[in-house]
Amino acid sequence: MEKPGPVTQALKFIVLGFAVAVVVIPFWSVIATSLADQETINDAGGGMVMWPGGGVNLDSYTAVLSGGVVTRAVVVSVGITVVGTLLSLAATAGLAYWLSRPRAWGAKPVLMLVLGAVLFSPGLIPSYLVVKEFHLLDSWWSLVLPVLVNAFNVIVMRAFFQELPKELFESAAIDGVGAGTILLRIVLPLSKAVLAVIGLFYAVAYWNAFFNALLYIQSSDKWPMALVLRTYVVNQTTIGGDQVGGAEALPPQLPLQMAILVIAIVPILLVYPFLQRHFAKGVMIGAVKG
Amino acid sequence: MTTATTAAARTRRRPRLTRDQALLVVLGLPGALALVVFHYVPLLGNVIAWQDYQPYLGLTESDWVGWQNFSFLWDGNPEFRNALWNTVILTIIQTVLIFPVPLALALVLNSLAGERLKRTLQSILYLPHFLSWVIVVALFQQMLGNAGMLNTFLVQHDLPVLHVIGAPELFKALITSQAIWKDAGWGTILFLAAISRIDQEQYEAAAVDGANARQRLWHITLPALKGLIVLLLILRLGSSLSVGFEQILLQQGPVGLQASEVLDTWVYNNGILGGNWGTSAAAGLVKGLVGVLLVVGANKLAHAFGERGVYEK
Repeated sequence: MEKPGPVTQALKFIVLGFAVAVVVIPFWSVIATSLADQETINDAGGGMVMWPGGGVNLDSYTAVLSGGVVTRAVVVSVGITVVGTLLSLAATAGLAYWLSRPRAWGAKPVLMLVLGAVLFSPGLIPSYLVVKEFHLLDSWWSLVLPVLVNAFNVIVMRAFFQELPKELFESAAIDGVGAGTILLRIVLPLSKAVLAVIGLFYAVAYWNAFFNALLYIQSSDKWPMALVLRTYVVNQTTIGGDQVGGAEALPPQLPLQMAILVIAIVPILLVYPFLQRHFAKGVMIGAVKG
Repeated sequence: MTTATTAAARTRRRPRLTRDQALLVVLGLPGALALVVFHYVPLLGNVIAWQDYQPYLGLTESDWVGWQNFSFLWDGNPEFRNALWNTVILTIIQTVLIFPVPLALALVLNSLAGERLKRTLQSILYLPHFLSWVIVVALFQQMLGNAGMLNTFLVQHDLPVLHVIGAPELFKALITSQAIWKDAGWGTILFLAAISRIDQEQYEAAAVDGANARQRLWHITLPALKGLIVLLLILRLGSSLSVGFEQILLQQGPVGLQASEVLDTWVYNNGILGGNWGTSAAAGLVKGLVGVLLVVGANKLAHAFGERGVYEK
């Protein structure tokens, strides 16, 4: 095939270069600004910088992580993410395994239930009322239980389980091994990839959870990161010394805010390389089989 | 002898099978219960759309009011009508402007020669999808806000300041560009996968017959993607009245409700914050039903045009 002309080629690189720059620059400048000191910020007219200047300065990070509302929110978010992800994975895998076994009791109607849950969303007001009726308001469980099982993830995992070679199940059955052992010894070890992907999807969702927290969490000492971000970064509420563990000399507001933002982004950046190796496959299974 | 062993095996296997079945149910039940409690019970909870729901009275004690909550909406409550109008406009904008971007991006990415370069670019472009809306909104503020990067630059070069954020007339453009920034890269996954399944020989044969790059795109690639495009459009219809709830709620403050209120935020502001539970539930219910009807209708339409759609007939 002939090579594309120089104009087409140049156009392509402009488009892609622009797309990449638009994604990368915000991250870069947020990190740079979080590391900048007062002087650099002043030189930039009080705004964002592209280069910290005067060396890397970790004052903002030590301030927000030395106790107080941000530190607490990090702990809360990590806790919800870890506990939520483990429970979600267990519940999802259990349900998917049940629905993936041929001739399992009750699997057909429950599968309809799962498919229906993909199609119909319950609506904001009734969901709120259910959480309220279960006395989960202002409890961390309100951030876990309502989103414990994502129906779409169940379908993806069930499809994966069904694709495992049938012979393995048959030979296990001939050896007289029960369903529990098959799950532990055969299905789960062979499903590490899908468990990793779905687990990371859940983890990202728990870490990012904003709206349910806004809806259900009332006291500010139970806030996860997303609510701290909204208050101090999006709404630009001034961060005082008592909010960051009573630090005496507080770094300027902008680097403090940017440090909070970086802390919220870093876990995503850390899991991302693991996530993105698998997710295209996971998404495809879901899209094709679902 | 064979009959004896099979009989013995059968008696041994029966309880094992029963135990296996019970185990499967026990393993799956927590997940199923969570779906029932937090998905299907709220669906039933929609009955408060026909109630004058009072939180202190609860579901059983509150008065039944028939279709009053719905007629409140039909009779043109001005705030509701404004929210509906904004929602419809945003839906149209999103379908026309946001939907084609991942397809275009996928086509450009696919035309790159180096496999490694392609991979790297993809990884970078997927990333924003995993950030929460709070983070995306914060990033946009820092870039385009009044004290953001763009305006700092403009001030330093003695240029007039651009008020991108907090300007009601630019709100829909802002929402749209944020949505593109966050999910355009992610949206390329399905298109790229579909493109990679196209038989390469078709391209070679077309090239031999003298088809240029644009003709190959028009006559091979796009027809091959038609089914997927229809499928994604249908899925989009189902959520067409959901136009970015968290994203909009986070940015309503500075722009005001006139420009920024949509159905979802109206349900939240009017119901949870305003205490008008019945009318909000009615609006949410109507919205959900419209979404389902759109999907079913669009699917029928897709079948009429000979496409597979979301589900088979």
